[in-house]
This record gives sequence, structure tokens and C-alpha cells, in this order.
Amino acid sequence: MALDAGLVGRSYPPSAVYEVGREKIAEFATALADPDPVYRDPAAARAAGHPDVIAPPTFAIVLSLGAGNVVVEDPEVGLDYSRVVHGEQRFTHHRPIRAGDRLVATATIDAVKTVAGNDMLTTRVDLATEDGEPVCTTRSMLVARGTA
Amino acid sequence: MSPRPTDVEVGTELPEQTSRVTRADLVRYAGASGDLNVIHWNERVARAVGLPGVIAHGMLTAGLAVRAVTAWAGDPGAVVDYSVRFSRPVVVPDDDLGAELTVRGRVAALLEDGRVRVDLTVTSGGDKVLSLARAVVALG
Repeated sequence: MALDAGLVGRSYPPSAVYEVGREKIAEFATALADPDPVYRDPAAARAAGHPDVIAPPTFAIVLSLGAGNVVVEDPEVGLDYSRVVHGEQRFTHHRPIRAGDRLVATATIDAVKTVAGNDMLTTRVDLATEDGEPVCTTRSMLVARGTA
Repeated sequence: MSPRPTDVEVGTELPEQTSRVTRADLVRYAGASGDLNVIHWNERVARAVGLPGVIAHGMLTAGLAVRAVTAWAGDPGAVVDYSVRFSRPVVVPDDDLGAELTVRGRVAALLEDGRVRVDLTVTSGGDKVLSLARAVVALG
């Protein structure tokens, strides 16, 4: 079943606060086999001009995966998750994510389209501090193969 | 040492980067990212849904690829925008070598305020696995 174009613009309630920890950043950097000390050593991060260790450019996927689930699980979206592959991903950083950040994620459906029998759903997740400072915007395009 | 905007022109090439991805790397990335999708660790399920075998998380490939940019920029915080399209899965064999990933980057455009756009070419076994892989880097 093709996705309903009327879903575009649908927004979901903000997530619970996610507190970014130094250990989680280090774990993520290790999973990318990246030895950069700005991910692990607060002194190295400060020397580079950051208040604390910063996260790799793709770390925001940890938060956007969780926030995007509310869209995928929305029965009115009706996405067949067993047929879903990740089509595109974009990160726009307003500033680097860093240890100590207390972030709230808000998901919005940005676009839906159907091409060659595949449903494509683009979800935007806005990450901001709990005080409202914008930190990162992620856009994820999922493709449900052969569902339209 | 970070490149300064005046050191860079369209066509400037980044140092080439190669890395290997094994099944153990997929498990580690699954845990770190929270993406527990079965097709990234279970051969039986991957084949049942029509894949040639266990494949790497697209975001693992994307995360490894952008290291070429962060290493060149000197400060990972200088990457202000990064986008990728996943054009072909990276199949990760059940052996000790895994899959090889090669990343080449070149400066494709000079933007305002000392920002540059770097376009990446990311291949595995000769096939392009990412397309339209682009990073905007704030230099200097």
C-alpha cells in the first residue's frame, strides 16, 4: 500500500531527555575504530576548543534511530518494516554534540513518495538541548521495497 | 595540522583511507549504535530476505568513510554537514578478513565563510557502496 501524502508534516511528541555520556561517545568511536583523542580525552577536546569530549559526526544516529521508531511504529504510517532498507542519511550539525548534553529529539515526517513500487519515507529528527538550543538535525530516508 | 582555507582548492585530494570490516565489527557497531537489525549479524535471516549474506550497517560504512574527512580536517567538530546515499550493500563474509572499504575524497566546491564541500568515493571490492557522499567542512 502506497504511503499517504497527507502524512507529510506530521510531528511527534518530543522524546525523553537523553544525556550524552563520555563513555557512550568513546564506545561509539571505538566501534568506528577511530582513535581521535577528542572523542575520549577532555583535555584534548578542550585544546581543540570544545568544552568537553565531542561525538563523531554520525553519533546522532543513536538518538535519531530511537526517535524515528515512533514514525515507523505509527499504525497510520503503516510501513512494512520487514522490507525496509536505509536509503539516505544526512546530518546537519549546528554545533558538535558533546558529553554532558541533555538532548530532546523531535521527529517530523518530511517527505513521502513512491517510486517504481517502493515506498520512501523521509523522517527529520531535530535534536536540541532541553533548554531549546538547536544542536543537530538528522534526515533519514527509509525505503520499503516493493510495498507500494 | 588542519588545512587552512587558503591551502585548499577545488580538486585538492584527501589522503586515501582503507579499512576492513569483519563480523566482529558489525556486532560492536550494533551494540554501540543500538541498531540490532538481524540482517547485520544473522546469515540465515539475511538470505531469507533476499540479501547475498550478512551486510554491514549503512551507518557503519558512512561512519568509517567520514573518518577520512575528520582526520584531514584535524577537528571532527569542523564537519558541519554530512550526507550519504546507500547505493549497494557491503557484504561481510564470515571469515577473519571481512570486507575492505576504500575511501577517497576531494574538495568539490569552495563555499562561503571558509567552508568547503568534500565529495567522497567509497568502494568495496571495486563497487561503489555510497553515492552522493558529501561533507561540508568549516576550515580555519
